[in-house]
Amino acid sequence: MMRQTNRWSLGLVLVTLAIVSVVLAAGVNAADPVKIALVAALSGQSAKSGEGITRGLTVAIDEINARGGVLGGRKIELIRRDDEANPAKGQIAAREVIAQEKVAAIVTGIETPVALAILPITTKEKVPLIGVWAAGTAITRGANQPYSFRVSAVDELVDKALVKYAMKTFGAKSLGLMRINNPWGESNEKGLGAATGESRIKMAGVEKFEQTDVDMVPQLSRLKSAGADTIVIIGSAAPGAQVVKALDRMGWDVPIISHWGISGGRFAELAGPSARKVHFIQTYSFFGKQNEVGAKVLAALKAKYSDIKGPGDAIPPVGIANAYDAMTMLAMAIEKGGGTDADKIKQGFYAIGDYHGLIKNYLKPFTPQNHDALNEDDYIMVRYEGEQIVPVK
Amino acid sequence: MSGLGLGSMYGLLALGFYVTYAVSSTVNFSQGSSMMLGAVLCYTFAVTLGWPGPAAIVAALVLSGLWGALVERFAVRPFVRGGSNAWLMSTVAIGIVLENAVLFTYGKEPRNLPSPLVRGTINVGGLGVYPLQLVIPAAALLIALGLHLVSRHTRYGKALLAVVQNSDAARLVGVNVSGAITWSFVLSTVFAAAAGILIAPLFNVAAEMGTLFGIKAFAVAILGGITSAGGVVVAGFVYGLVEALVTALLGSAYNQIVTFALVIVALVVLPNGLFGRGAVKKV
Repeated sequence: MMRQTNRWSLGLVLVTLAIVSVVLAAGVNAADPVKIALVAALSGQSAKSGEGITRGLTVAIDEINARGGVLGGRKIELIRRDDEANPAKGQIAAREVIAQEKVAAIVTGIETPVALAILPITTKEKVPLIGVWAAGTAITRGANQPYSFRVSAVDELVDKALVKYAMKTFGAKSLGLMRINNPWGESNEKGLGAATGESRIKMAGVEKFEQTDVDMVPQLSRLKSAGADTIVIIGSAAPGAQVVKALDRMGWDVPIISHWGISGGRFAELAGPSARKVHFIQTYSFFGKQNEVGAKVLAALKAKYSDIKGPGDAIPPVGIANAYDAMTMLAMAIEKGGGTDADKIKQGFYAIGDYHGLIKNYLKPFTPQNHDALNEDDYIMVRYEGEQIVPVK
Repeated sequence: MSGLGLGSMYGLLALGFYVTYAVSSTVNFSQGSSMMLGAVLCYTFAVTLGWPGPAAIVAALVLSGLWGALVERFAVRPFVRGGSNAWLMSTVAIGIVLENAVLFTYGKEPRNLPSPLVRGTINVGGLGVYPLQLVIPAAALLIALGLHLVSRHTRYGKALLAVVQNSDAARLVGVNVSGAITWSFVLSTVFAAAAGILIAPLFNVAAEMGTLFGIKAFAVAILGGITSAGGVVVAGFVYGLVEALVTALLGSAYNQIVTFALVIVALVVLPNGLFGRGAVKKV
């Protein structure tokens, strides 16, 4: 019996040694890939956002690798971790990919609270944080954030754009804000407060809701009696849909505009036919005439993902488009900076001159004073038509 | 109106707490998950498999009842037999297991459960409400009334009551005590599942939908006096109405702060809940 056990152990050791030597040999022979992590909501209410970002990154990475990768033949490898829209889980994932996977940069997802939770870690560990969705102003515009860059909307600017749109399109004079009770909601309350202050328009009231609130009638009734003539939603798909359903029940036919959080889940299914009443912000639409990059990306998406048959299936478009441009510029930054450490990547970002991207032609997108590649001129307003997101005519 | 609807949900879940507590002095802390299970099963049968609505509802309720029996058999009975209070933790644990199992199989994305009762609104005193919002409180009251009638007028009900009064004596006269306890768990999860199915079309179906409901329902059960069936249902309505009123008058930010604080205040004033009887210590 004893002898048999020994033989087993010996066998196990030999197999382990064989595996280790194969792994080591592979490591020596191939050029190390440059690993990029995506830490985003891959499951849960905002799972679609994570899927869209993944697709945008993947299409860009395939292109970069087909061109021979970066830094003289190193391929880009995408590593994905699910933060479940939970800041604590995002932090754990960020620490893991930095320590274990030695990633060159971390791309973050839809949730501002998660990105803000990860930020101190990436700053301390000197790993660039690339925001491709979360719009919280503080992600790139707070104090001491040397390594955070963003290709996405910025709340402060979105809020200005929303107020401008409400005034121009609906003649709004008094906004009623329905916002999620978290830091992202707070960031927008501030932004909208500032934006309405600058214009000749007032805030009728601010009401908060939780992610799992069932009925929004009480909050909306307060806004109605306070004289709101346009509702602004800051929240994700599920509670956003509850707001729309509550308005239906109240029979209150009021213009609704929204930040883009609602496009991260199944808003059209959850809100029903009235989903189309909501005008919301995006940075990109695959509808209409596409530039050269748009046509190329859409073709690549159709070839790679069987569920994408036309522009309406490339959802959520902002996730795909922001991630595609961000990944392409990140590769340019690594190449221009000449390495994968944070300071080189940072200098690489500053060195990008012009880039004909998917969303627009970027001209010097990043400078030491500005880590946001997009601004308020790059936003478009869209709405749901069935399950598809189409530009508002 | 919304307060009444939500209140009946709390009442139904709390009724589940009441049933098991009355019969076996144990509580199924996975009530929130059972509620979610009912909604998820109903969605699976009705939407994914395309069954007709009534069949999907019955199948969901039957399977949820079966789940209740499993909870009792594996998460409660072994500990109660051993004279331990570990069922407190084990029912919480089994709820989390269920929630995560659903996450894996059903996914975390909230889905919409369509219902003919939420297609259009009807006007009630100037307020637009879905027919379902009227059905929910009515259904909750009917279920509570049904429970009352069954327990007073049928053999099973009387057996349950006998166990409630004195389980040893009941055993001596030939009542199947462990069977009665199993049935109480079946009933409690069926109530929760019914609540889940009723609320889902107004809300959505998601693996995490039951968590907060479960906590609030337990607060309601305690508030109503967990030993009184009518009490917990009324407390459910009261809680739901207070919640809606606080939101309407003070704003949503104060909702949970005020309602849970009120629960504490109410319990300080009435330690046995609104309608509960104090436990008589036998010496």
